[in-house]
Amino acid sequence: MNTITFFAQHGDEILQATLEHVWLVVATLALGIAIGVPLGILVARRPWLSKPILGTANVAETIPSLALLGFLLPAPWLGERADRVAITALTLYALLPIIRNTVAGITGVDPAVREAARGMGMTPRQILWQVELPLSLSTVLAGIRVATVLTIGVATIAAAVGAGGLGEFIFRGLAMVNNQLILAGAIPAAALALLADFFLSVLERRLRPAR
Amino acid sequence: MTNSPDAIIEFRDAGYRLAGGQELLRGVSLAVGRGETLVLLGRSGAGKTTALKLINRLLEPTAGEVLVEGRSTRDWDPIALRRHIGYVIQETGLFPHYTVEQNISLVPRLEGWPADRVRARAQELLALVGLDGAHFLGRYPHELSGGQRQRVGVARALAADPPILLMDEPFGALDPLTRVEIRREFLALQQRLKKTVVIVTHDTSEALLLGTRIALMESGALRGLYSPQEFLRSAEPVAAAYAQQLRDLEHFERGQ
Repeated sequence: MNTITFFAQHGDEILQATLEHVWLVVATLALGIAIGVPLGILVARRPWLSKPILGTANVAETIPSLALLGFLLPAPWLGERADRVAITALTLYALLPIIRNTVAGITGVDPAVREAARGMGMTPRQILWQVELPLSLSTVLAGIRVATVLTIGVATIAAAVGAGGLGEFIFRGLAMVNNQLILAGAIPAAALALLADFFLSVLERRLRPAR
Repeated sequence: MTNSPDAIIEFRDAGYRLAGGQELLRGVSLAVGRGETLVLLGRSGAGKTTALKLINRLLEPTAGEVLVEGRSTRDWDPIALRRHIGYVIQETGLFPHYTVEQNISLVPRLEGWPADRVRARAQELLALVGLDGAHFLGRYPHELSGGQRQRVGVARALAADPPILLMDEPFGALDPLTRVEIRREFLALQQRLKKTVVIVTHDTSEALLLGTRIALMESGALRGLYSPQEFLRSAEPVAAAYAQQLRDLEHFERGQ
């Protein structure tokens, strides 16, 4: 049985796993953005927070993914459901690029523009929403793109704690020494990553402010 | 000269010191009358920009006080104070993601003017600074020349019709010809609008052309206040040096 016929026969299962995978990724990014962008803004405002916040995100990034999932399993509430464990771990990985790029985007705004905004009597909130965030959008989005591609890849490990997704095929294939099963997980995951990368980079270019 | 009854801006022994202890400005006392154009003249690091920023409270004096409309800047709500004062800087600080119209109408919008009045005001202002509205309103700053950007910067500062205008080397980044042109336009504009203007410059001819009075600054202190005529005749060494530099230039021109 070759790979193509395998894909044809197991189309429903692959689609199901892909949808699970996408759910893990979307939930992770929603959380990652909701946490990472405000943290990035905070670091840009208070540079002394850069070491503790970026340092912590850096450390999270270095924990091997299987180990991180293992650490989170016994946690109360989180450990009750596999997808909670997986999404938490994935979010910890996604944070670093999102925070870092938010900081870079906001601190990269032309000081003359910020000074003019202040001098014209914009409140700090107005400066953030009307000047700093719009001008750093493409940089923030670049961070989100990196986080997305990273998450799509790492999310395959989520199957190790039973959170489903395309990793199911990979783990099963590894256990059964079946390359077709491995490919059934790996190919859709790679395709997802490429697609996401393409669309987000197009969006990023469109949002880049002209100079 | 100080404490003139119609002073709109007044420095009372104002100083500014960085948190690190470095003193950028000390003991400055001067008053700016309504409708006057005061030029802060001095070399880089003389404290001109620091003095300017004390007026719209981008900086707060660490000694003495600065009064605007008779009220210490510390007692003003900084947002209200800044909307009361137009601000033009050398790099213009135009928002790159806003069109010319959005840039100009920012303060009126923040102040909650109705949309049709905001729009009419933007067109009026562009005409005022010599740009054709139909042609420029929808453009982005990066599509403009340096001189056009600077005109838009002036229009934006004038948008909500503030009585005071602060300008930090407004024409410094322009090529010499455009510079002369815009300076002259600004002079004509000022004669019509009668704003109170404080301009920072290190250019003597600019100071003499635009200023009704010249405040000469040197290493964080005010060295003297002069009318343009007094400035040229002054025996004060720094003022004399500036005046001499100007005479050298004229001499060179005549010698050719």
